[in-house]
Amino acid sequence: MGSSAPQNSLEWIMLFLDKYGVSFLKGAALTLEIAVISTLIGCVIGFMVGIVQTIELGNSDPLWKRLILKIVNLFLSVYVEVFRGTPMMVQAMVIYYGSDTLFRLNLDPIAASFIVVSINTGAYMAETVRGGIQSINAGQIEAAKALGLRHYSTMLFVILPQALLNILPQIGNNLIINIKDTSVLNVISCSELFFTTSSVVGTYYRYFEPFLIACAIYLFMTFTLSRLLRLMEKKLQGPRSYQLATDFMDDTYGNGSSVIDMKKGFGGRN
Amino acid sequence: MKAEAMKNQDGSDIKRRANEWVEREPILEIQHLGKAFGDHQVLLDIDFKTYPRDVICIIGASGSGKSTLLRCINMLETPSSGLVLHKGKSVPATGVHTADYRSKVGMVFQQFNLFSNLTVLDNCMLGLRKVLKLSREEAKARSIQYLMKVGMAPYINAKPHQLSGGQQQRVAIARALSMEPEVLLFDEPTSALDPEMVGEVLDVMRTLAKEGLTMIIVTHEMAFARDVSTRTVFMDRGVIVEDDRPEVLFTRPREERTKEFLTRFMAH
Ligand SMILES: Nc1ncnc2c1ncn2[C@@H]1O[C@H](COP(=O)(O)OP(=O)(O)OP(=O)(O)O)[C@@H](O)[C@H]1O
Ligand SMILES: [Mg+2]
Repeated sequence: MGSSAPQNSLEWIMLFLDKYGVSFLKGAALTLEIAVISTLIGCVIGFMVGIVQTIELGNSDPLWKRLILKIVNLFLSVYVEVFRGTPMMVQAMVIYYGSDTLFRLNLDPIAASFIVVSINTGAYMAETVRGGIQSINAGQIEAAKALGLRHYSTMLFVILPQALLNILPQIGNNLIINIKDTSVLNVISCSELFFTTSSVVGTYYRYFEPFLIACAIYLFMTFTLSRLLRLMEKKLQGPRSYQLATDFMDDTYGNGSSVIDMKKGFGGRN
Repeated sequence: MKAEAMKNQDGSDIKRRANEWVEREPILEIQHLGKAFGDHQVLLDIDFKTYPRDVICIIGASGSGKSTLLRCINMLETPSSGLVLHKGKSVPATGVHTADYRSKVGMVFQQFNLFSNLTVLDNCMLGLRKVLKLSREEAKARSIQYLMKVGMAPYINAKPHQLSGGQQQRVAIARALSMEPEVLLFDEPTSALDPEMVGEVLDVMRTLAKEGLTMIIVTHEMAFARDVSTRTVFMDRGVIVEDDRPEVLFTRPREERTKEFLTRFMAH
């Protein structure tokens, strides 16, 4: 190649990688950082909102409790509707410039990006979590109640673990979507991958090659992450088979039918 | 007649037993219990008592309110009227006291309702750890003890969906027994099972009855009710029609409706 101008796309790509490889990587790293952290924060927000939205108070609960819950739920549903009903690009503009105009708060673009993506993801996750909780079989809750578990333990040990497992694919989806959608943050000059790519374009006025590189990096990130998530899901679902506890196997208990130890008296509290 | 004969033989013994009877307090007492869903009156003025070691089988046609009664007893449904007394104290519909009461009144469901996210062992341990606040070691030892009793100890590491229906129901029974309840309620524990698995569950329940566990069992297994119960209750359209010893209720029922139900049932 030498120092002469690149003759074809491949040579252009080599040149961009050579000169701006580090910039691309930095952009990609920021994209990944914003997507991963904001998805996590979004999940936390989503779980909190979803849990509050599924609290059921009956007529036996005090009026003030029911009133507060009504008001809180009103706010939460407005939040969910607004952030699901508007484009993230517009949300970014409103929050970034609005924080300055309304509150004289000079957010830097990266901080604003984290906030926008987290809140946006939270709104989507809230709906997912609500659905996940409501899809749990009522029998599970009744069984917990019948054991004497309080609402909070039932939630923590029975309902949420099951809901989490159900919505794990959805969380993965959100992460993948966020990796791609952080590209809209270029409108507030957040130096993620898309923004970095645009700046590279600016110096040579070549569009195709830099964006082809960006494309490859996006694809690499989403593909790798979706495989990782698939693995994690498998892991969380637990082993397909189980280990028999052979210490407890003998002729009395082994084979299913007549299995009861008649010698042991019932230890109830009669 | 029989009592007369016994009195002649040994009057003092009868008297002693009668005194014992008076001293034996009911664990549960249902008073004028009613339940309506909207306009639909499902239970009407239900009265009965459960004494220690009673095995009460509740029979009756589909829709007669058997499940609803059982669910009112442990407050999974809030009664519309009447009281449930536990050792003489009225049980509230919600709150800390309700949860505490439920820990003493176990329930086994038709659909097993094992916690699908937990292993067999953890299913049994959850209530012991979080409600009875036992240490991990104590909870584990006790869970295994009751899992052995139902023959499911080798399966402690299995998840519910990896087990057959009969096995799941036996685990559900062990989970309830681990709490060492004063009374155990069963709502058609064998109705969701394949026929070949009914036996293993009924065997477990027979043993529990023999050992003196107090139980209230809603069932369509008439032979089981006749053999095992100390009292059989026949319900129809939300009321208790007849409540008697099984030898009486199954062979010479007093009420016409009981007779009809039994002949209809036996015809199947
Ligand atoms: N949550 C509910 N809302 C409205 N009606 C209900 C509810 N639960 C039960 N019912 C009605 O109450 C009546 C009694 O139902 P229940 O389940 O207690 O009957 P059952 O004797 O247990 O019948 P089965 O043998 O079929 O289990 C039925 O007519 C049923 O439709
Ligand atoms: Mg029923």
